[in-house]
Amino acid sequence: MTYRTVLTGKHFMHGDHACAEGAIAAGCRFFGGYPITPSTEIAERLARRLPEVGGVFIQMEDELGSMAAILGASCGGKRVMTATSGPGLSLMMENLGLGVMLEVPCVVVDVQRGSPSTGLPTMPGQSDVMQARWGSHGDYALVAYSPWSPQEMFDLTVLAFNIADRYRVPVLLMTDEVVGHMVERVIIPPEDQIDHWPRKRPTGRPSGSGNGSFKPFSAEEADLVPPMVHAGEGYRLHFTGLTHDERGYPDMTAETHQRLVTRLVEKINRNADQIIRIDPYYMDDAQIVVVAYGCTARSARRAVRLARERGIPAGLLRLVSLWPFPEQLFNQLAANIETFIVAEMNLGQMALEVERVTKRPVKGVFHAGGEMIAPEPILKAIINNE
Amino acid sequence: MRKEIRIAGFGGQGVALTGRILGKALAIYDGLETVMTQAYGPEARGGASSVNLVVSDHEIAYPFVQQPDILAALSQEAYTKFRPSVKPSAIIIIEQDLVTPASDDECFAIPATRIAEELGRRIVTNIVMLGFFTALTELTTRHSIEKAIKTTVKEKTIPLNLQAFAAGYEYALSNFQPHLLDTREDTGAAGAGQV
Repeated sequence: MTYRTVLTGKHFMHGDHACAEGAIAAGCRFFGGYPITPSTEIAERLARRLPEVGGVFIQMEDELGSMAAILGASCGGKRVMTATSGPGLSLMMENLGLGVMLEVPCVVVDVQRGSPSTGLPTMPGQSDVMQARWGSHGDYALVAYSPWSPQEMFDLTVLAFNIADRYRVPVLLMTDEVVGHMVERVIIPPEDQIDHWPRKRPTGRPSGSGNGSFKPFSAEEADLVPPMVHAGEGYRLHFTGLTHDERGYPDMTAETHQRLVTRLVEKINRNADQIIRIDPYYMDDAQIVVVAYGCTARSARRAVRLARERGIPAGLLRLVSLWPFPEQLFNQLAANIETFIVAEMNLGQMALEVERVTKRPVKGVFHAGGEMIAPEPILKAIINNE
Repeated sequence: MRKEIRIAGFGGQGVALTGRILGKALAIYDGLETVMTQAYGPEARGGASSVNLVVSDHEIAYPFVQQPDILAALSQEAYTKFRPSVKPSAIIIIEQDLVTPASDDECFAIPATRIAEELGRRIVTNIVMLGFFTALTELTTRHSIEKAIKTTVKEKTIPLNLQAFAAGYEYALSNFQPHLLDTREDTGAAGAGQV
């Protein structure tokens, strides 16, 4: 029996399933994970689908193992993913840092629920967004997207794989229970219309018994991304979480550390324009800007439309990507706009970024989580700040 | 146009599948914006099971049902729990033998379980209900639902499901007036979630 790899067509599809199908369509062939509400349906779907398309699904012993497994499989050349929720993301943090340090492409999905700790397993939250950026120890940079619909669960999963490979970096998909458990129309394009950005690979063959002067962590191009060698290709490879030189060997000096960590951060900063995705709504003449992402952006969009019906010049800046933060854009906006309202299902996390960059006091529509913020409180904030 | 639908019953009545078929017909075959949400968590365990659909010819920003325009209750518990939440103009559909409505409540009743049993399988009660729902509300068409059934259920059960759908549909036509949804314009103020 042959199975379809890409389920081209129109579907009435569950958000978590759309994420799983996005992964399959993007060429993901390895999933290591540990089930946790509200992300379990991603694992469930992939447990069935991956073997159909020649991939591997492993239910690991926990989230530490899950993260380690996907890093290993990625070093072997596969496109890899894991999916979890807040408590699992906490456990993945150490190895996520390893992924950053070793520059291993991977996609980590966090279907956020009410947190901290075990919190509200079956109810939505958006309170892991700062953890996504800073949760592992040390200075680093990575990428995070935040889908607001099942369609984007598909589309942004594909993008996440491409960005991960292009920049050799872990990419987080920071969605939430509302989007993950929502069923909506999802259009899956034909296979030949799905973007596939390959990893940058070394040119030339391994030379000599000691591989001569080949340096697997040498980033000579302007994008600061070193070509990726896969295990078993004949190159001599050494991976370590210790500070390493361009050959991949430990070199624990301040100078090498400064060079490596700076490059890891600069690699993302320098390519931010290629990574960042924004969805503006009524922004052309907006004087009051609402900033929102994920499911909350759906209510924010409704609130902005209702405000416009009342003649209030509000606009919505939906953050499709969360990290890296679009500093340049907010800088420019701050020149003309005084009022920024941030709506998010936490007690003010991305609001800190908006405040930091715009240097303006931000009005927050915050909720600790458990239920989606409705349009009404956002509309009220817009009216009160007119 | 924005309509909110809640279908509720007890576990095992196929409430979730009913929602999926109806949602698919609306979203794929009728080309309308459609969002389906389900209650997860403790409230979804044990007896009660429900699905919620929002359907609109415009984009649906806020995805949750606030005040249903249509409530289909397949159990007494579902009727009791959700009857107070509906719009004053709402259409209330009930399983005749399983729900005893309040004496002054105008409901559209069908003995769906009995009809399903007459067809040989009690398991298609939900699809009988869906046929009744479709004819009564005209929210979607018979054609769209039949397509959705054919692409959703297991192949060998397609004939039975289509039969069940037809039985519910015919029951509505011979006992009630259709076009109900069109004639019941909402008079209450729309909530902020309404698009």
